[in-house]
Amino acid sequence: MDFGNFLAALTPINIAFALFGVAAGTIIGSIPGLTATMAVAVLVPITFSMEPATALILLGAIYTGAIYGGAYSAILLNTPGTPSAIATTFDGYPMAKRGEGDLAVALACFASVFGGMVGALALLFLAPPLSKVALAFGPVEYFWLSIFGLSLIASLSKGNLMKGLAGGAFGMILSTVGVAEISADIRLTFGNQTMIGGFGVVGALIGLYCIPVLIDLVAIPDRHLKVEDDVKSIRIGDAARVVMKSKFNLVRSSIIGTLIGILPGAGGSVAGLVAYSEAKRSAKPGQKFGEGEPDGLIATESANNATVGGGFIPTLVLGIPGTPPDAVILGALLVQGIRTGPTLFQSGTGSIAYTFIYGLIIATLLMLPVGLFIGRYAYKSIVMIPKAVLVPTVGFMTIIGTYAIRNSVSDVIIMICLGIFGWVVGRFGFAASPIVLGLILGPIAEQGFVQSWIIGSATDNLTGMFFGRPISQAIVAFTVLSLLYPLFAKRRLRMAGAD
Amino acid sequence: MFSSKLRRTLLKFIGTTAAISLTAVFSAQAEVKGPVSYVIPFGPGGESDISARLQQPFFKEKYGQDLVISYQPGGGGAVGWASLNGLNGDGQTIMGVNLPHIIIKPAQKEVGFKTEDLNTFYMFHFTPDAIVVNSTSPYKTLKDLIDDAKANPGKVTFSGSGKASANHLAQIKFDKLAGIKTTYVPFKGTGAAVAALLGAQVKAEWGYSTVGAKQGDAVRMLAVSMEERHPLFPDVPTFKELGFDMVGGAYRGIALPKSASAETTKMWSDMIGSINKDPAFVKKMIDGGFAMLDIDAAGMADFMKARSDEYINDAKEAGLIK
Repeated sequence: MDFGNFLAALTPINIAFALFGVAAGTIIGSIPGLTATMAVAVLVPITFSMEPATALILLGAIYTGAIYGGAYSAILLNTPGTPSAIATTFDGYPMAKRGEGDLAVALACFASVFGGMVGALALLFLAPPLSKVALAFGPVEYFWLSIFGLSLIASLSKGNLMKGLAGGAFGMILSTVGVAEISADIRLTFGNQTMIGGFGVVGALIGLYCIPVLIDLVAIPDRHLKVEDDVKSIRIGDAARVVMKSKFNLVRSSIIGTLIGILPGAGGSVAGLVAYSEAKRSAKPGQKFGEGEPDGLIATESANNATVGGGFIPTLVLGIPGTPPDAVILGALLVQGIRTGPTLFQSGTGSIAYTFIYGLIIATLLMLPVGLFIGRYAYKSIVMIPKAVLVPTVGFMTIIGTYAIRNSVSDVIIMICLGIFGWVVGRFGFAASPIVLGLILGPIAEQGFVQSWIIGSATDNLTGMFFGRPISQAIVAFTVLSLLYPLFAKRRLRMAGAD
Repeated sequence: MFSSKLRRTLLKFIGTTAAISLTAVFSAQAEVKGPVSYVIPFGPGGESDISARLQQPFFKEKYGQDLVISYQPGGGGAVGWASLNGLNGDGQTIMGVNLPHIIIKPAQKEVGFKTEDLNTFYMFHFTPDAIVVNSTSPYKTLKDLIDDAKANPGKVTFSGSGKASANHLAQIKFDKLAGIKTTYVPFKGTGAAVAALLGAQVKAEWGYSTVGAKQGDAVRMLAVSMEERHPLFPDVPTFKELGFDMVGGAYRGIALPKSASAETTKMWSDMIGSINKDPAFVKKMIDGGFAMLDIDAAGMADFMKARSDEYINDAKEAGLIK
């Protein structure tokens, strides 16, 4: 590692663009439907007229900012701005409801910066060895990972486990609608062209999370969020104290985020959920996850920002993009004539890659002041705006955001229908999260299963394929553990009660 | 003398002005009037995206307008293509099209568009099919792979992007030509198929020469399906040299909405054709592992017919379409 690249990243113009990128990314990410992919894709052409390193720093800054920005709407409106922020809603929104939205926004900022730094440092120092993780994950491992993810429904379901599982199954069925990703079959469209594109995750997030909130806002006369008498600043001091107490959680979640970020088929949403359930599993007595527990928020937000650096590892080392924004940035690199691969980190041609990584680190650090500043205004405006203005504004944004995903009116119709459906079943105790979890994990499970089955049949080794591989066995063990854990916990509680 | 020079200059000036205004009159209906929306009906990072990204700076340089790339994934491209003819045909919106997708998909089922509905005005490159193996693979040559497949029918596994796709059709065709039986495992996109290859989840990959360009020393290409060897890989034989009549791959072009006028279509065909002849652009494409192709609007119908007959025939034989 040489110091020259670090200094190259530190020029005033680079810092200015990193600052602008983080701010723009945070705002874009906070609006559901406007994704990091879109923001990065639109800005790629400016990399042709700019210094390549500066341009890449700008793109990386927007990306990392957008992942953080997704937390605002998750906390303040119960609507994940990006899929990565799904688990942020679990504790973030309850915190906001009881009047601690300011604390939640500040916590999310600290956790995101920490997670982002862990991911970026892993990218800087450990990229070539860690890229092997991406290759060790074959179809079977993705299959079991998705089953593990689905098992989290058991630990995430508040109250009724059966309703959670039903929701997850329903989400998986939704995920099969449209043209199947690998078999190219057209399924469950009932001859309707609107359905051919299937249920997009972002559209479903907006519908299932945001529309019920909007309906409730109209239906219930109370204020949207409880407000303390004076909203002066966002509680930086309190947040710092809470974060210091959760050091272990922070580190563990950031490592989980980095590792899952390396897997090209997983992504920030899975990372956030796994980190969340691990935090919940190791909860101290008295911690109530799902009811506004700061540790839940810290786990998700540190993990999802760690996936940014983690995702760049396969992108830069193997030329295989970890996430859609990575894919766009990879395209920009190729147009610049930069060849990705292991040599990028060894030869002199890698200097631009290092400048980019340092730029990402600078952008992540800048997220602290920028995030706290924007967060303060985001919180204030959501809390202060009267409902009569808030509801139409947010409603308008959900439609624009859904349409913008792929300029499709069908997506808007599907989003609104899902939203109304979500509100109705919500009345009967079915939560949105298991449905979304099924929708995200369904395709991963299906593809992994079909591919494993084809390979296993071809080599006459189905059992060995599904159960014989060490990483698979470890994931299966974790799955069993996570399924049985609620029973253990209950028994422990009963024993403690009997004493 | 001075005055005659002045007069000549003046005349020249008038002549040029007249020429310019005449051109302006004649081309009034066909010119790009602002940023152009270039829709890719897939997600980012694939070959469609990369080749569009390579065109972007050249378009800006030659025609002074931005090409704004956006992604409209879904249904393996069907969502985008089904929406194309509903867009404004004023020449400010264009969309990437891919073969065999636009031929195979409508032939399989009702997907919201027909091949002949797409106003494809230029096919600008193709990615030649190639058999790619891990650099640690025991297959040093195509013969090694064929021998193994003959000794162990069905046990040689190939990853590839999608089902009934260019990769899949190539596998079917090659199995027939070589008289072998192999197993094709569809993945979501070339990236995932390559990851499976690098991780040794499969024995080989049906990919494109672009994979060899991107992965460098990590992989070895056993053969490419071109008429002549790819300039970037002088050591990789063509299937033809080895006795297999295979030339082709995934073809990519650009289409306008059907409502676009003949002038607009012609203008676009000329513009993309001009970029395709720029040596700097060609070099970038070749370095990326692509192979150039120049089918303009005038030659499109014949080209489509020939490709279509071959794809439909192959897919029918393999039972992919009825």
